[in-house]
Amino acid sequence: MIMEEGTVQYIEDMAHKLRLHALRMVYERRYGHIGGCFSLAEILSCLYFHFLRIDPQNPDWEERDRLILSKGHAAPIYYAALAERGYFSVKELDTFATGGSFLEGHPDMRAPGVDMSSGSLGMGLSVGVGMAMGAKLLGKGFLTYVILGDGEIQEGQVWEAMLVAVRYRLDNLIAIVDYNKHQLMDRIDRTLPLEPLREKWVAFNWEVFEADGHDVEALVDTIGRAIKVNGRPSVVIAHTVKGKGVSFMEGLPEWHNKVPTGEEYREAKAELSRKVFSNE
Amino acid sequence: MSNRLMREVFGETLLQLGKKDPRIVVLDADMGRSTKASKFSELFPDRFFQMGVAEQNMVGVASGLASVGLVPFVVSFAAFIKRALDQIRVLIAQPGLNAKIVGAYSGFSSSRSGKSHHAIQDMAIMRSMPNMWVVSPVDILELRAVMEVIAEHVGPVYLRLIRGPSPVVTTEGTPLHPGRGVVLRKGKDVAIMSTGIETVRAVEAVRVLESNGVDAYLLHLPWVKPLDKEAVVEAASLTGAVVVAEEHNLIGGLGSAVAEVLGEELPTPIKRVGIPDMYADSDSEEDLAEECDIGVSSVVSAVYQMLDKKNRRGRYLLEPCSSGKEG
Repeated sequence: MIMEEGTVQYIEDMAHKLRLHALRMVYERRYGHIGGCFSLAEILSCLYFHFLRIDPQNPDWEERDRLILSKGHAAPIYYAALAERGYFSVKELDTFATGGSFLEGHPDMRAPGVDMSSGSLGMGLSVGVGMAMGAKLLGKGFLTYVILGDGEIQEGQVWEAMLVAVRYRLDNLIAIVDYNKHQLMDRIDRTLPLEPLREKWVAFNWEVFEADGHDVEALVDTIGRAIKVNGRPSVVIAHTVKGKGVSFMEGLPEWHNKVPTGEEYREAKAELSRKVFSNE
Repeated sequence: MSNRLMREVFGETLLQLGKKDPRIVVLDADMGRSTKASKFSELFPDRFFQMGVAEQNMVGVASGLASVGLVPFVVSFAAFIKRALDQIRVLIAQPGLNAKIVGAYSGFSSSRSGKSHHAIQDMAIMRSMPNMWVVSPVDILELRAVMEVIAEHVGPVYLRLIRGPSPVVTTEGTPLHPGRGVVLRKGKDVAIMSTGIETVRAVEAVRVLESNGVDAYLLHLPWVKPLDKEAVVEAASLTGAVVVAEEHNLIGGLGSAVAEVLGEELPTPIKRVGIPDMYADSDSEEDLAEECDIGVSSVVSAVYQMLDKKNRRGRYLLEPCSSGKEG
């Protein structure tokens, strides 16, 4: 892990760059889930530009850390992170969800850097459990990160995986919940409430951390502590804002999968661009 | 001849494969003592993962294990592994991962447990998934050979098992190649095609027919997918009348697969012998087979129906196929 001077600012800037890529991809393709992409920007930026031990030139490197995007609908910003990290060219992002592109609407393993296909919700934690169990069996030191959406925690399979992760003492598994408090239809607390979410993970015997999911310093510190936990898996509940970064999108359920109009696009792009450049 | 249970041989063979290939791991959903997958844990406790009564997670875990280079055998009852169907679709079949899904106690193996435990749609469901192989061995000898093959094959496989005992109808010398059928008898009057345990009934039916002067061709098709299309077409062209039998619902299984091939390649009168789209109750396995029209007598009577049609071929072609029980 390298944490040089200025890195926090770099990660913050990168998060906004990722948002800009995702915004453009969704706007141009007239398809995609902006709200849940934007809530994830800092988390992805921290992982890909600080924590993950990976080699984009060798995407199948066996010792690499694994990352599973269980909330596969955040594919655009995930692809943006992979591109910025060097798995493929940023130009490739223009092919998002078009025929022949490996950048499918939801992640597919044939894309370089995608460790597991996703798109059907609630499955990623189980896969992470398998990867972490495999690492232990094979004597490998890689870590497995699983990014969960909050809405998908309503799937029973997630709770099955939580049980098994503890049974196998998977301290090489780190779950991160992008807790933006919204799902497709509405706010989570008006759909199927998850609270008290922290207590649920605690009751399942996970090591539980909470952080502001848009505060890079807090995320770096918290994920860093989660990595150090011994003997059991850990989860970082990252409190986020759906649509974060564009003021007219923040916290509004309709931006789950709404495609911006031309005017909205230009306005959003301007706001995000200002954020990148104000940091530079 | 052996009266050994298929599940015993499954457990044993899994253990043998585990000795040869350290990448093989086994996942159990609290069924291991029945399926005999737990035999693996005696020698390889660290490669046997107890997942509890949670099939969806089990398949997800298998996907993760396969993605890091291990070869998971995911074992449950055929009736219950379907609970993880979407996980099999998205996490195993779509990425084409090297995981083996084992559906034990298929068909009416869990006879007295009743309809909740009967597995009569599994082949239809599994074969409809791109990348997935579906194999249904008839006896313990073939099971051993099949398991060797699927352990070597890099890709997802659905292995359909019965509890057993199942009489041995193949021999050590019976060839077993992926995607290839096995001709158990050559004959010219009618071709019987069957898979899994139903082939035992087909063998018996052929004996009955033989004693009545009917010269039947018997093609055993362990691989429901990839299906041996050449062997199917050849058997149909040699006989001109086909009976397909399976311990599975009439819809979507081997009968459908054969009809799909012949419909396109060589339209031939076909009679499917299968469970007539109904749920059965608790009973013995053989009584269930009789009640659900898949017993030896059903195969024999299907053959006579086809012979009758074949002899009236000219008229038959002008008439709709008499539909029998399947409606």
